[in-house]
Amino acid sequence: MAGQVKSIKEIPREELFAPGHRLCAGCGIPPLVRIVLKAVPGPKVVVTATGCLEVATTIFPYTSWRVPWVHNAFENAAATASGIEAAFRILEKKRGIKRPKIIVFGGDGGTFDIGLQALSGALERGHDMIYICYDNEAYMNTGIQRSGATPRGAATTTSPAGRVIPGKMERKKDLLGIAIAHGVRYAATLNPAFPVDMYNKIVKAASVEGPTVLHYLCPCPTGWRFDPSRTIEVARLAVMTRMWPLYEYEDGRYRITVMVKKPRPIEDYIKLQGRFRHLLQPENKWVLDQLRRDVEEFWERLVRLASASE
Amino acid sequence: MAAVTRVKGQRRVGMTGDEAVAYAVKQADVDVVAAYPITPQTIIVERLAEYVNNGELNAAFIPVESEHSALSTCVGASLAGARVFTATASQGLALMYEILWIASSMRTTIVMALANRALSAPINIHCSHDDAYAARDTGWIQFFAENVQEAYDLTIQAFKIAEDKRVLLPTIINLDGFILSHSLEGLYVLSDDDVRKFLPPKEPVNPIDVERPMTYGPLALYDYYYEFKRAQAEAMKNSYPVILEVFKEYERISGRRYAPVKEYGMEDAEVAMVILGSSAGTARYVARRMRERGEKVGVLSLTLYRPFPEKEIVERLRGVKAAIIMDRSYSFGSPGAQLFMDIAAALYNEGERPLLINAIYGLGGRDLTPDQVEAAFRAAFEAAKTGVVKERELWLGVR
Repeated sequence: MAGQVKSIKEIPREELFAPGHRLCAGCGIPPLVRIVLKAVPGPKVVVTATGCLEVATTIFPYTSWRVPWVHNAFENAAATASGIEAAFRILEKKRGIKRPKIIVFGGDGGTFDIGLQALSGALERGHDMIYICYDNEAYMNTGIQRSGATPRGAATTTSPAGRVIPGKMERKKDLLGIAIAHGVRYAATLNPAFPVDMYNKIVKAASVEGPTVLHYLCPCPTGWRFDPSRTIEVARLAVMTRMWPLYEYEDGRYRITVMVKKPRPIEDYIKLQGRFRHLLQPENKWVLDQLRRDVEEFWERLVRLASASE
Repeated sequence: MAAVTRVKGQRRVGMTGDEAVAYAVKQADVDVVAAYPITPQTIIVERLAEYVNNGELNAAFIPVESEHSALSTCVGASLAGARVFTATASQGLALMYEILWIASSMRTTIVMALANRALSAPINIHCSHDDAYAARDTGWIQFFAENVQEAYDLTIQAFKIAEDKRVLLPTIINLDGFILSHSLEGLYVLSDDDVRKFLPPKEPVNPIDVERPMTYGPLALYDYYYEFKRAQAEAMKNSYPVILEVFKEYERISGRRYAPVKEYGMEDAEVAMVILGSSAGTARYVARRMRERGEKVGVLSLTLYRPFPEKEIVERLRGVKAAIIMDRSYSFGSPGAQLFMDIAAALYNEGERPLLINAIYGLGGRDLTPDQVEAAFRAAFEAAKTGVVKERELWLGVR
């Protein structure tokens, strides 16, 4: 497909996301934003839900955004984007104003939980937008509270690793499953350790007229409690343990884009992170086993869907 | 509103309040409408959807999945440079509440029709002014229509006021739920040409522009937030002379004169009633009968609620001995309901000021009868005579 790359060296150098923002060292968000702004061609407008990305990049009177950028509230990024998209569509007809591509960034709280209704409405109405969830698997900006995206067993400030209840007891929601059920034409997972895979998926999403949903694993050294120098290593291990399968859905067909034939044990991923440390204690083995089953079940389902698509 | 005069090019039509608002919005050549069906405003957006689907209005109609998203969508569309309309009522307004503040602080120019109805619980759907009052501190300009003609006229004027470069504030037109929204009345409508001349296409200030990237809705902490609010306060104050200017210009094309406050019998009134919305007519009817009997009563009704026409009210209440402030709402635990508190505050620094009584009426759509209005006037006369307010709070017609 036009615009896709084979190596990281082919990715354009122009930066539309300025340095000097106040995201944490080792935060997974900047690699995402930089690549998205490079991969989406032409005029674009960014809408961002309340969250880490918003508060750390637009502290008045400074901004990191070299493209038009809009923030409204926490739960309504998709609705705000709907209004912008519809307005440009009609202004294009009435006054010849060129219609930009709309890109939305929401965290997992703003996407899986409080913003899910607005996202559902926007997907159902079919607005032309790329919705990207940067999923750091908890409410990191507000102080590491659990969300519907927090994986089973993870400790957060509202799902602490207690003596009776060791962390979050529920499994993670399947966001792309929800998006695909709305009939979107393209959906994919992204991971910062696989920038070429990420870039090419964004290019594909941008080529679709209508809503697309991208789901990005966003390592958070602060909330996950790992050394900020190991962000990419943690992200890669998420893929290699099958905790974060890289796949895409395109017009009814599923494809695993990074096949993991021999997965590493999930312990390799979780032992680097303070949020999972308690799962390595013998009395919590049952939670670890459940988490392992979650991972295996989802992978097997994905393999079935991908082979049925061949 | 002065007596309706026929001006060239106007048509006499029969419409409900909802239909009249929708017709005005169509004539305003709105670009984006986002709304969620919540009765009793539903007909407004149904009509607009018909206009769009029949090709009579070139606009995007966005049937959103909630009122919260309705207003959020309007914010995005307004920032993109579109002329934007939505309509809601009670519960829907309550769901929009968070975004009401954002819409005004981001200086969007959204126009909203609010078909006033009571907030749950118990769930009711009929008229109260709870919803309008709930929005009073959120930085929106607010008008109250007394009848269908006013609902139509104010809707057209609202776009011009909201979008004026000296204002840039979202605007609400209140019309009493069911009483106006669903009542068929005769009204004069302007020609499309006259509306177009009065209200040319929106000239947005700093719209989203890929050639001129800007950041909308940033984080501002204690070092800047305060100044944002001060600027917003100035914008609301500055809207007042613009509103007067637009009223004048509208009179020239329509023959109908608008003012922030309407008065009846105030030139020599000993007691006065202050009221909002459709019940002003009932108050005037009773006042007329009482004046025929030589009783000096007057009625003040507010067309403009925010910014509050403080000076006009204070001036007109000068010399009045007792005033009865009518609230179709209640503010639990407060020293009076909402309009009462506004007026008491406005009068406080006046050397000479009337005694004030607060009458609660009509909650949840209960009719306000002429007898109740007369009883309220009697209570005011009693206070005027004795110099003492026996009961500051009356509940008219409550069982």
